[in-house]
Amino acid sequence: MVFYLKGVHLPHRKNTANFVPVRMTVPKSVTIPTSMHIGAPAMPIVKKGDSVKVGTLIADAGNGISAPIHSSVSGTVIEIFDLLMSNGSTAPAIKIEADGEQTPDENIQVPNVADKADLVKAIKNSGLVGLGGAGFPTYAKLSVERKIEELVINGAECEPYITSDSLTMEQYSDDIVYALETLLKYFDIGKVIIGIENNKQKAIKIIQSAIKDNEKITVKILPSVYPQGGEKVLIYHTTGKVVPEGKLPIDVGCVVLNSTTTAFIGKYLKTGMPLIEKTVTVDGSAVKEPKNIIAPIGTALSDVFEFAGGFKTEPKKVLYGGPMMGITVPNMSYPIIKNTNAVLAFDEKETIISKTTACIRCGACINACPFGINPPAIAKGLKNEDFEQMKSAGATLCMECGCCSYVCPASRPLVANNRLAKQALREHSKKEGK
Amino acid sequence: MSQLHISSSPHIHTNKTTTSIMLDVIIALLPATIAGFLIFGLKALSIVLMCISVCVISEVLFNKIVKKEDTTDDLSAVVTGLLLGLNLPATTPLWQAAVGSIFAIVLVKCIFGGIGCNLVNPAITARVFMLIAFTDLAKPAFPVDSVATATPLVQLAEGSEPNLLDLFLGNCGGAIGETSKLALLIGGIYLIIKGVISWVMPMSFIGTVFIFSFLVKDFSLTAALYQVLSGGLFIGAFFMATDYVTSPATPKGKAIFGIGAGIITVLIRLWGIYPEGVSFAILLMNILNPYINIWSRRKLFGRTK
Repeated sequence: MVFYLKGVHLPHRKNTANFVPVRMTVPKSVTIPTSMHIGAPAMPIVKKGDSVKVGTLIADAGNGISAPIHSSVSGTVIEIFDLLMSNGSTAPAIKIEADGEQTPDENIQVPNVADKADLVKAIKNSGLVGLGGAGFPTYAKLSVERKIEELVINGAECEPYITSDSLTMEQYSDDIVYALETLLKYFDIGKVIIGIENNKQKAIKIIQSAIKDNEKITVKILPSVYPQGGEKVLIYHTTGKVVPEGKLPIDVGCVVLNSTTTAFIGKYLKTGMPLIEKTVTVDGSAVKEPKNIIAPIGTALSDVFEFAGGFKTEPKKVLYGGPMMGITVPNMSYPIIKNTNAVLAFDEKETIISKTTACIRCGACINACPFGINPPAIAKGLKNEDFEQMKSAGATLCMECGCCSYVCPASRPLVANNRLAKQALREHSKKEGK
Repeated sequence: MSQLHISSSPHIHTNKTTTSIMLDVIIALLPATIAGFLIFGLKALSIVLMCISVCVISEVLFNKIVKKEDTTDDLSAVVTGLLLGLNLPATTPLWQAAVGSIFAIVLVKCIFGGIGCNLVNPAITARVFMLIAFTDLAKPAFPVDSVATATPLVQLAEGSEPNLLDLFLGNCGGAIGETSKLALLIGGIYLIIKGVISWVMPMSFIGTVFIFSFLVKDFSLTAALYQVLSGGLFIGAFFMATDYVTSPATPKGKAIFGIGAGIITVLIRLWGIYPEGVSFAILLMNILNPYINIWSRRKLFGRTK
């Protein structure tokens, strides 16, 4: 018997749930960063003045874990420059002026897949990275020797506002099932479980009927409780397995793929067109016409918002991703990248800058945490540089889902403290190791 | 375009604030306050208002003297004053109510660092302090139009039996806000529905008093119900034991606290020198709270060592 982990009930705000994604007009130029994934940045293989087409390889995968990058427009490379990404790292970015023709690269062909190695290679060449979250290169996740007991497909989409995953499930259920059938063919997979939150009835029905009578694939309907889509949470709720601290899902025989990532695998296997565009939910209180937009990777946020009718009020805060884990951007010249599933713009009213007050020890944070972490104890440990306390209170387990900060009546920066504690612990153990 | 705001996630927040929680507690105590006024008259109201205003003024002055930012807008001082007032008999002299309020705010709360830092519940501790300092307070007040001679608990101790319905409605002797179990129950349920308190604490506290007295009172249902409906058990279990600062965070901890407080209450009531033990029981469990919090930690998901 699996008891559901704790979490919080959030307002869903899925305003764009019925907005079938529309392909936006090609922007004048795109800025494609070489670091859109976890691992080494890709290495540019084009130079200023080169002409490229849609799907042309513009940067090779770097050493180790990395992913190649392709042009999302046809046009001319006009600049390669260092870009400070919103995660704080700097990597080269390739700016391409679009000719508006969107001529596809003639070298693009349907990948030839005859065995597992071919499939992993094809997925690597497609430039695919985890599209739901951190952007971990998908081929690396699939480069496993052992049997995959459960392949879990993440269709939880638990963040408020975002509907791009559920619309992908609704529109591209065939691609998802095709990808799963191919994976089942070449990999040793026990079963496939597609986890979807119960507030996406349409997606559930469509996926269920697309699976038809494949016995190995099942849909698991999950309660709409945040963070249902957290990797370890989803694995526990779909398989009953606990991923031990510091271990990976594969250590318990699981691999988790996001539903949009899976749909892309299916589409790529059919067309050979690499990852060059993304379905993005454009929403937030400042946006005039919230909708789902298919945008070329590298499109500036300002162009995306303009396509959504511009702003009805002045935006004060703009996010990559959902409101619980999203990252703020300093200005709107930042591009849509591979793992962008939403861009949200909030007006002044929703740009909450609440005053932090004293902790009243209500325990709301402790009781909201899916993993049983004690954020106030971590904060205390951080203040006293007590590494033992930070560790025993569970700092290293924190996935930064934000439940603790969300429920805190005193608006204390609990997640931020957890992040700092994790960093302090990392540095401390490095020092200890020397 | 103006600079965009940069901040750490999450970017949305629950509507609950410390102030809204305290406001909910005040709303939840209104039925008991009204009942106290109806049962004990205007004097009762004046005591409650005295406690609230002295509590608020004490906190303002204390923060001014120690040059700290004013914190009374969180309404916690109002809650402390209201709870203290409701825990006093209507015969309490106003000056004593004022002294108790200063004690609660200054010595129990502010000296330790204000809201969130006190070790024990200010209202409970002040109540116990007043019980010992002003011995007259041990003799409770009675409804304005009644000729009762003792509180239900004293009556029980002397062997007579009060009417259960009177006990439930509050038509009996006792502190201003503790007699009407109906009013307290309405307020308590409001707090549970609003998610301000957990049902675990009142359930385990009241449940333990019921089961324990049922067992020691020769399995008499009536005797056990008398214990449950008498004295300050309801106000204690719903409003005082549930004080965030001085009670455990997890459901398991709340259950331990509630069971412990229930046992101590019955022990004092049946074998102690005071007829009522709820305040002492909560105070004692307050002191044990840091340890209960350690014993009742949540298990970390996926931690093996």
